[in-house]
Amino acid sequence: MSILVDEHTRLLVQGITGREGTFHTQQCVAYGTRVVAGVTPGKGGQKHEGIPVFNTVSDAVRETQANASVIFVPPPFAADAIMEAVDAGLPLVVCITEGIPVFDMIRVRKAMMGRNSRLIGPNCPGVISPGKCKIGIMPGHIHKPGRVGVISRSGTLTYEAVDQLSRLGIGQSSCIGIGGDPINGTSFIDALKLFQQDPDTDAVVMIGEIGGSAEEEAAEFIRKEFKRPVVGFIAGQTAPPGRRMGHAGAIIAGSQGTAEGKISAMRKAGITVVESPAEIGAAVKRIRQ
Amino acid sequence: MKIHEYQSKNILREFGVSVPRGAVAYNADEVYEIAQRLGAVVAVKAQIHAGGRGKGGGVQIAGSAEEAERIARRMLGMKLVTHQTGPQGKEVQRILVEEGLNISKEYYLGIVIDRSSQQAVYMASAEGGVDIEEVAAVTPERIIKEFINPVTGFAGYQARKLAFGIGIPDASVGKAVRLMTGLYRAFEEKDASLAEINPLVLTAEGEVVALDAKMNFDDNALYRHREILELRDFSEEDPLEIRASRFGLNYIKLDGTVGCMVNGAGLAMATMDIIKYAGGNPANFLDVGGGASRDQVRNAFQILLSDPNVKAVLVNIFGGIMRCDIVAAGVVEAVKAVGANVPVVVRLEGTNVENGRDILRQSGLNFTVAEGMKEAAEKAVQLAARE
Repeated sequence: MSILVDEHTRLLVQGITGREGTFHTQQCVAYGTRVVAGVTPGKGGQKHEGIPVFNTVSDAVRETQANASVIFVPPPFAADAIMEAVDAGLPLVVCITEGIPVFDMIRVRKAMMGRNSRLIGPNCPGVISPGKCKIGIMPGHIHKPGRVGVISRSGTLTYEAVDQLSRLGIGQSSCIGIGGDPINGTSFIDALKLFQQDPDTDAVVMIGEIGGSAEEEAAEFIRKEFKRPVVGFIAGQTAPPGRRMGHAGAIIAGSQGTAEGKISAMRKAGITVVESPAEIGAAVKRIRQ
Repeated sequence: MKIHEYQSKNILREFGVSVPRGAVAYNADEVYEIAQRLGAVVAVKAQIHAGGRGKGGGVQIAGSAEEAERIARRMLGMKLVTHQTGPQGKEVQRILVEEGLNISKEYYLGIVIDRSSQQAVYMASAEGGVDIEEVAAVTPERIIKEFINPVTGFAGYQARKLAFGIGIPDASVGKAVRLMTGLYRAFEEKDASLAEINPLVLTAEGEVVALDAKMNFDDNALYRHREILELRDFSEEDPLEIRASRFGLNYIKLDGTVGCMVNGAGLAMATMDIIKYAGGNPANFLDVGGGASRDQVRNAFQILLSDPNVKAVLVNIFGGIMRCDIVAAGVVEAVKAVGANVPVVVRLEGTNVENGRDILRQSGLNFTVAEGMKEAAEKAVQLAARE
């Protein structure tokens, strides 16, 4: 099995006619994802890459029974795009866009309360269940079907970890990039809960970074409730305090959000934390033997 | 983005927050004039983007305009060192001159985004004028918090809870509530990431005044706040970082010898970490971003090489949005344009990786091509040590 996405996923692409939207739609289709619709306001009725385009998400859902959306809309309009997908009742909304204002996301999260949609991201690579469905911008070919779940705040660092796993012959059940922004739709804990319910996930790789306390909270959850082995890595051990390291959420504020604090909380929870990012795959191999 | 205290106070004034009368000066003569206009006792405050100015001698009280001028002459041009500036300090170029107040009590007010609960949180404490991090660590019960619903905003009852909670005298609570509400409106309308008044003071006359003010802004929201962008003080930033930001690059200068160019913030941090793990020190953080163009890669590379401490360069690219052929073409162009005089180690993986490697091989330039991240870091550290 896998979580969130599989061969039954019917994907809709918001911002399908843009440069990134077009390129990654092609890549997702090439991977085998069923892309059933695109949305670009004003281009409804056209076909793009052979996929029907609609003016609104609700039109697209009604006509195509799409059950997931991926968003490639520029930052000033991305919050609106998320709310449109939620309003249309899509159970899964994946937002790739980087650079959405924090206050927009605070409002989006409030608006999503009581709704049945799950948001992944923003500012994330997306989610993939290898061999079944890819929603997002990750290079599909590095993945391999298998039984290890991957959760990460980063994009490219996730590819690095997945590549290490695949080269060692260790496949993945699903890989989720939860995104590098301070306010996101799915937390480490949310993703861990999903993996906990998946009988085909044996172990999880958790890749965090400096800033905030999501890793500490996840460590506490793992200590109390999570029943599978976890391998962790925290990026930013050499990052200076007070500087935003690329991701809006990657900043050490005062004594809060340091790599040391996270690593120590994770080790206390029984997580195997590696200090070198090149050791992630090898550590998973060791705990599976 | 950070701004100066006087700029924060100008913004807060527009939102009805009461701040001391005063003005900013760029030289000692202006300080004299402002001090004379304000009369009697004035505060002379160095304007730099760092906290802890008082302890470093950056905030002084003058009994006359002449004294204010003398203080300003010493202060202007000095390198002010605080716990936030690092040992090199920051040069004082602007001074805020303000009226002195009869302070009877000091408090703390601050608004930040609480990531766990995904909303803004208002914090207040009767412990004003001290390091709030320390209060939070030692006596967290001395800080009261109100979480703010983005739909309803900061409600009147919440402001009253905070004001009474920190012990503002009954007669001044109305004034405190107005100030607190103004601070929140400024925070929300300007897309701030931090708004802090430390200390908030109660004067002998019962006025509630923001004696100090600090605002930081969400970089992602600056596109809709041109008025905030105009407040950027470039002299507070590293020249290479300014150049990088013009090209939309995330570059942070550090003090090691291995320059690195990476795509993606997480991988860029991890690359810095593995350089350290291999026994070296990173010279910078540099994320060329997800969809960087060839030009951007070339610019990034040129910025890297303008740091004289860089003894070797490590390019670590794992392509997703970023295509390896574009990176390779940009690197080749850059090396040809600037003539890299230090060894360059390149590690490419991901989308279009074969095309990328071909471009490097066919360039006629001498790149060290590495397979994994570990090998790449070890080679770069060795080469940097040899230079």
